[in-house]
Amino acid sequence: MAAKSKRQQMVDLAVLAPLDWIDERTAFVRGTKWFLFRNVPRDISWGQTLGSAALTAFIVQTLTGAILALYYKPSAAIDPVTGKPVAYSSIEAITDELTLGWLVRGMHRWGASVFIILLFLHMGRVFLFGAYKYPRELNWITGVLILALGMLMGFTGYLLPWDQTAYWATVVGINLNGTAPFAGPWLAQFLATGPEIGTNTLPLYYGLHMLLLPGALIALIFVHIYLVTRLGVASPPWSTEAAGRERPAAVPPAGTRAGLVRGSGGD
Amino acid sequence: MSDTGHDTPHVPGPSLWPIAFAIGVACLLLGLVISWIVAAVGAAIAVVAGFLWARDVTHDVRGEVPSIEPETRTVGDSASTGAIAAVPVDRPLPAYTRSRFLEASTLGVGAAIGAIVTLPVVGFMVLPAFTDVEEDEADLGPIENFPESEYVIASYLSNPSAGEVTRRTAFVRNNGQTDAGEPSFTILYSRCVHLGCPVQPNGPIDEEARQELENGVELRPVLAQSFGCPCHGGLYDAEGNRQAGPPVRSMDRYTFSIRNGRLVLGELYAVGNVSGTGASAQISRYPWSVPGTHVDGVEAWLYPIVPSQVTG
Repeated sequence: MAAKSKRQQMVDLAVLAPLDWIDERTAFVRGTKWFLFRNVPRDISWGQTLGSAALTAFIVQTLTGAILALYYKPSAAIDPVTGKPVAYSSIEAITDELTLGWLVRGMHRWGASVFIILLFLHMGRVFLFGAYKYPRELNWITGVLILALGMLMGFTGYLLPWDQTAYWATVVGINLNGTAPFAGPWLAQFLATGPEIGTNTLPLYYGLHMLLLPGALIALIFVHIYLVTRLGVASPPWSTEAAGRERPAAVPPAGTRAGLVRGSGGD
Repeated sequence: MSDTGHDTPHVPGPSLWPIAFAIGVACLLLGLVISWIVAAVGAAIAVVAGFLWARDVTHDVRGEVPSIEPETRTVGDSASTGAIAAVPVDRPLPAYTRSRFLEASTLGVGAAIGAIVTLPVVGFMVLPAFTDVEEDEADLGPIENFPESEYVIASYLSNPSAGEVTRRTAFVRNNGQTDAGEPSFTILYSRCVHLGCPVQPNGPIDEEARQELENGVELRPVLAQSFGCPCHGGLYDAEGNRQAGPPVRSMDRYTFSIRNGRLVLGELYAVGNVSGTGASAQISRYPWSVPGTHVDGVEAWLYPIVPSQVTG
């Protein structure tokens, strides 16, 4: 191989050297390669992109939600200027007055439905492909928890506009929870912050929607994606070849019998 | 391998009393903040434990060496096997080593600290929904505003300082007097006992006769012989009994009292069923519960304890 050109040497110096410096200390580059440069079955299709699509929708929700939080005010008190509740007035201001506020709020509002729909489509794909089977049971379990938290996000977020739809839909949602045996009435009273929705309910839902649920959701998504990366993408049920790269036939690692594992244990 | 004298480092004898001593000191410091009794107990523990600790530590100085099995480990490093060859191989390993004790105590202390930090926070998050939730009585104004045998839609603020979010609506009917000569009112809570939507009276509302009283009270007479819920089609008769749709019990009612000729709403209660009408109605009364929950029959067993029975 010929000696490196001057240009190549400069690239090495400007780009690769700093990356090496970082990688030596953090394994960041190796980790990124481990995460991104994976073998996938030859016969995957658009169906396997639904999980990434759901993740993208979640990222959109995170960003638009963070921006909306800069202008939204979770208070049921009456705004002395508008004569309407503060929360509702702030939603009106976001929608009607702030530059492109209608767009950000619209993205957040419709993106919520998109996120839930994509979760269900992703779940259906995984179910129909049998991709929840060994060794991916924990992918399924964390996925179900993500779905449950996503629904809770929808429930808590729906109250925040503090209009009649939001109020009565939340009343019905709270009382639906209230009909659960034994714990139901206690759960309902917690969700309503008392026998009925009161002044504390809006801050509670805002806190759940803004901090607690997203934190749990992000943690679960990390676990979910780590497991996907570690175990690899499952082959479709009609596939004739094993998933991922081929391994020497002499020592098949556990789990490769039915082509279940990508084969690499993190190398 | 016996102790050959003062050229080997002196190690005090093993003792658990420092833990008790630390607890005593912690108790003492806590007591300085809370109460002198706790401080006294803590001081006593610290003194006793400190004495016992000192006794343990000075054991070997005083001649009585405790018979403690020396700690041994198997060493995987082949280079050092010669050094430990003198140790008899058939001696049983100690069942509980110092490192395992330290590991367990670190985990235990960590768990205790975590619990001490977490539990009050969780309590702060959850408990306010269950404490001090009783609503004030609501004064609906003079009873002359409630004509006999007619329903009036009365809305009021259950907590005027909290504002409109506490606006409640009741359907009030003056039944005249019972056979015993007592005044009788039928006061239905507007929330549907299916899932809590706002029940509407089925009949024309006399907006002309609408009255606004002090404290946000609003009265509107209505000609209603039944009540319907717009959400899921629940239907109730004039006594609040379920006629159709998904509700699981009769409409909730208020207790009431009459003070200085004014109608005052008391607490809400759940109603299993009402037989009879008006002043002669027989009401099966239960403590209030969340909409959608049964208060009578077998299904009520699913809700053995509800918060309103505990916190009032």
